[in-house]
Amino acid sequence: MSKLPILTIDGAPQAIELSPRVHWIGALDPNLRNFDIILKTANGTSYNAYIVRGSEGVAIIDTVKEAYAGDFFARLESVARYDEITVIVLNHLEPDHTGALPELMRRAPQAQLYISQKAQSMLKALLKQDEFDFTPVMTGDKVSLGDRTLEFLHTPYLHWPDTQCTYLIEEKTLFSGDVFGCHFCDVRLFNDEVGDFRFSFEYYYAHIMRPFKEYVNRALALIEPLALNKILPAHGPLLRDQPQKYVQRYRELSSSALQSEISVGEKTLLIFYISSYGNTRRMAEAVYEGAMAVEHVRVSLYDLEGSEISPFVDLIEGADGIMFGTPTINGDAVKPVWDLLSSLAVVNLKSKLGGVFGSYGWTGEGVKMVEDRLRGLKLRVPIPGIRIKLIPTDEEIQLCRDFGHDMALDLMGLRQAKVIDMADLA
Amino acid sequence: MAKASITFEDINVTVNAPAGTRLIEISEKVGSGIVYGCREGECGTCITKVTEGWNNLTEPSVLEDKVLRENMAGKHNRLACQAQVLGGTISVKPV
Repeated sequence: MSKLPILTIDGAPQAIELSPRVHWIGALDPNLRNFDIILKTANGTSYNAYIVRGSEGVAIIDTVKEAYAGDFFARLESVARYDEITVIVLNHLEPDHTGALPELMRRAPQAQLYISQKAQSMLKALLKQDEFDFTPVMTGDKVSLGDRTLEFLHTPYLHWPDTQCTYLIEEKTLFSGDVFGCHFCDVRLFNDEVGDFRFSFEYYYAHIMRPFKEYVNRALALIEPLALNKILPAHGPLLRDQPQKYVQRYRELSSSALQSEISVGEKTLLIFYISSYGNTRRMAEAVYEGAMAVEHVRVSLYDLEGSEISPFVDLIEGADGIMFGTPTINGDAVKPVWDLLSSLAVVNLKSKLGGVFGSYGWTGEGVKMVEDRLRGLKLRVPIPGIRIKLIPTDEEIQLCRDFGHDMALDLMGLRQAKVIDMADLA
Repeated sequence: MAKASITFEDINVTVNAPAGTRLIEISEKVGSGIVYGCREGECGTCITKVTEGWNNLTEPSVLEDKVLRENMAGKHNRLACQAQVLGGTISVKPV
């Protein structure tokens, strides 16, 4: 039977020893079911914070959500005095990790704050004061605690611009912030003792880290060369058993699932449509034909009625360009289109090519609305969309072919250099 | 009214626009790959490289300078949501 860590003695929260010099001083939140609106959790979460004792200083790594500050301070007090604290490291400034920071700064005013370069403006906004002392750090910067040394790794956008990791060199321990974390609450704390948290680990990655795959890969390039005895994330189980496995899993999750059949130099264009009377479908087929005529563009055509949303999200993540065909019904694009467009926050769409077309009966606003949404999602929309009233004529079908052709040319960087006047732009 | 000629190198499009127009207004209309976040000069998402005609854009404000510094932007970079064209020839591309 597992030996339970002694989290409290006579009701008083206690620090948990991870090594003679490192303790967990976090808090458990078993009743949480919904985190940051977007994440569910079936058994709560933990807010992990740590204390590191060196021969010439004591460091606190992260804090907890404000409502759990009592547990955090009690655990801290069970292993250290406030006047011993020389260093406070914030790996991530989200309120679930900085809720107890203002009070910690009040109790340990001598401690120096270490944050990432990109955290500076956020820290000011969080603390609502302009004048306080802190040290912004980058990869390779170190802070000494005497016989223990903390080294910083700049790992931005995992999952905020400010995020960083901190490596305790002498103990080969990585304080990873939200990276390698998950929402899973278990009093046994350690990955080799807790219940099955594999789903939570993958779910957390899929919703929190996936939009930033490019940055995950950059961070892994810094983390993979490190010798690792433990990974101590800011949420969920403490990874003391085979921590490298979790690094490998992140590498797998940040690579493409299936080997793509697309060769170097080819670009992919996905055309999604939905149609009530077949008019938008005819437009989609013409756009498809036009795009196919451009060499080295691999075009795919999908009817939104024929699939669940999540496979399309996966396809869009890997595509170079995406187009939507939507009718306008009651002054709006139709729900299946919005459903897909509202599911794309988990993937990076930056600078992909976007385009829209559709048939309408009276007003035709749907096309413009979807174009605006694509711009909002950070796609570029270089060619104004095509709207056709009810049944397309042969001439209008040709316009759709030309539209598809121009989009494919744009994707390949083959559109002619153009000089236009601002007044002529729609 | 004075006009500026702005080339978006990533899409090979040049636009003649009236002085005072912000880069964001033009680049969104022509579909350049410069991407935008807050559109108010705070988030740094639209950092753009100015390859020609730096002096044909308005000077960065104190606030824009601060955001560029915090985002460790290079010295030829501007926020496309803040920079206004003044005249002459300008070339930009996404970073």
